[in-house]
Amino acid sequence: MQFTATPSTVVSLATAEGAKMPLIPHIPELIFGLVMIGVLYWVVSTKVVPNLEKAYEERRAAIEGGMEQAEEAQAQAQAALQQYEAQLHEARTEANAIREEARAEGASIVTEMRERAQAESSRITESAKRQIEAERQQASVQLRSEVGALSTTLASRIVGESLEDEVRQKGMIDRFLAELESGAVRPEKVGAGAPVTTDAPRSEKAEQGQLDLGTDGTAGRDA
Amino acid sequence: MILTALAAGTTTAVGAAEGGEGFETPTPDIFWLPLIGEGNWAITEQMVWGGVSVVLLSVVMVALSKKAAIVPSKGQFFMENFYNLARNGIARDMIGTKHFLKFVPLLFSLFSLILLNNWFGILPPVMNPTFGRIGFPIALTLVVYVVYHWIGIKKMGVGGYFKHLVPPGLPGWIKPAIFVLEFITYFITRPLTLALRLFGNMFAGHMLIVLFVSAGAFFLTQGIAFKLLSVPTFIMAAAMFVFEALVQFLQAYVFTLLAASYIAGALADDH
Repeated sequence: MQFTATPSTVVSLATAEGAKMPLIPHIPELIFGLVMIGVLYWVVSTKVVPNLEKAYEERRAAIEGGMEQAEEAQAQAQAALQQYEAQLHEARTEANAIREEARAEGASIVTEMRERAQAESSRITESAKRQIEAERQQASVQLRSEVGALSTTLASRIVGESLEDEVRQKGMIDRFLAELESGAVRPEKVGAGAPVTTDAPRSEKAEQGQLDLGTDGTAGRDA
Repeated sequence: MILTALAAGTTTAVGAAEGGEGFETPTPDIFWLPLIGEGNWAITEQMVWGGVSVVLLSVVMVALSKKAAIVPSKGQFFMENFYNLARNGIARDMIGTKHFLKFVPLLFSLFSLILLNNWFGILPPVMNPTFGRIGFPIALTLVVYVVYHWIGIKKMGVGGYFKHLVPPGLPGWIKPAIFVLEFITYFITRPLTLALRLFGNMFAGHMLIVLFVSAGAFFLTQGIAFKLLSVPTFIMAAAMFVFEALVQFLQAYVFTLLAASYIAGALADDH
């Protein structure tokens, strides 16, 4: 590409009527440019920007309001959750307390029952013991009369004389028994192997054994 | 292709060999369009279109922002996006969130005015970028120039403003040189480049479009070979339209961006 510009071209450009050098401002245009930007600035700054900025501000406020509401709702939900949790905890504690109470009550009932059973058992033991004692007594009384009858029969046979007289007979038996109890009759005197002579110490021993048995018996049953 | 500007007129003969009337290359004269009156005080076509652009912008923008609501209508949505380009994309980013709102009306006015007038360059029926006339860019630059010096002086005082030209922490001997450089930048280079950049782009772009369109039209009047040549020429012209649309937007954006940057520089505490 080749440009040829003679000096006269430039001169003609510069001096042409109205058409100046492109870099020399046309004054009316410069002034009108100022008017243009001035008018537009006035319109924009008074009628356009305030409206838009107001809308932006409102939008921002609306969004922030929405966010505030959401935050509030969240706080409420949090509070409700805490309340529920507190209630749940309370209920759990209460249940625990009730359970504990029931356990304690159950334990006390068991203890009471045991005590009662113990008392009952000891009462039964006691009455059994007493009954045994009574029966023994009865047996011993019966035995005494039978032993008397037997020994008189035996004695009358041996001696050969009838000792039918009851008073005599009774007096003799009583005397014999008294002797037997007081220990006047010794087995050595009657003869070895006589079962009657060993009766006294045996009965003493037996009595002692019975006492022992009584104490032992309760203890054993307790255990 | 040889373009020859002859002294006889401001016309050139290219297709002379074909025996036609010859092709008149576009000259800067195509920008001189007096409508009323003549000479130094003529009212030009660009002035009329400039006035129309202001009226058009005012009416449309007021209409679209009049019922601005929280939930925007289609029109308001479009308006907001356009407005946000200048408000957030330029003013807030350059000046910072603290002071930018005060300068949004000015920057938005500059951006919308330059953009529409630039696009006039490719929009029929206008087909002439207003800012291809140096007077208009100078007017806008003058406004920016006064504003950024004014806010700087208001903030720091005259002495403080000049002191602010030199960044702190420099060795003493270099300070005068830096001061001179910064002074030239602030008071001469910035306004000059701001106005000339916009003017130059619009001027050259319009020249190119006119050149391709008129050349294509001229080729159509010539022989078959030239008629065929007109096809790529018109394609080129169409490409130039698209390219210019981009350049015109970009120049509006750059002008506003630099204005915002100068304002931010005057507001800044330090360099």
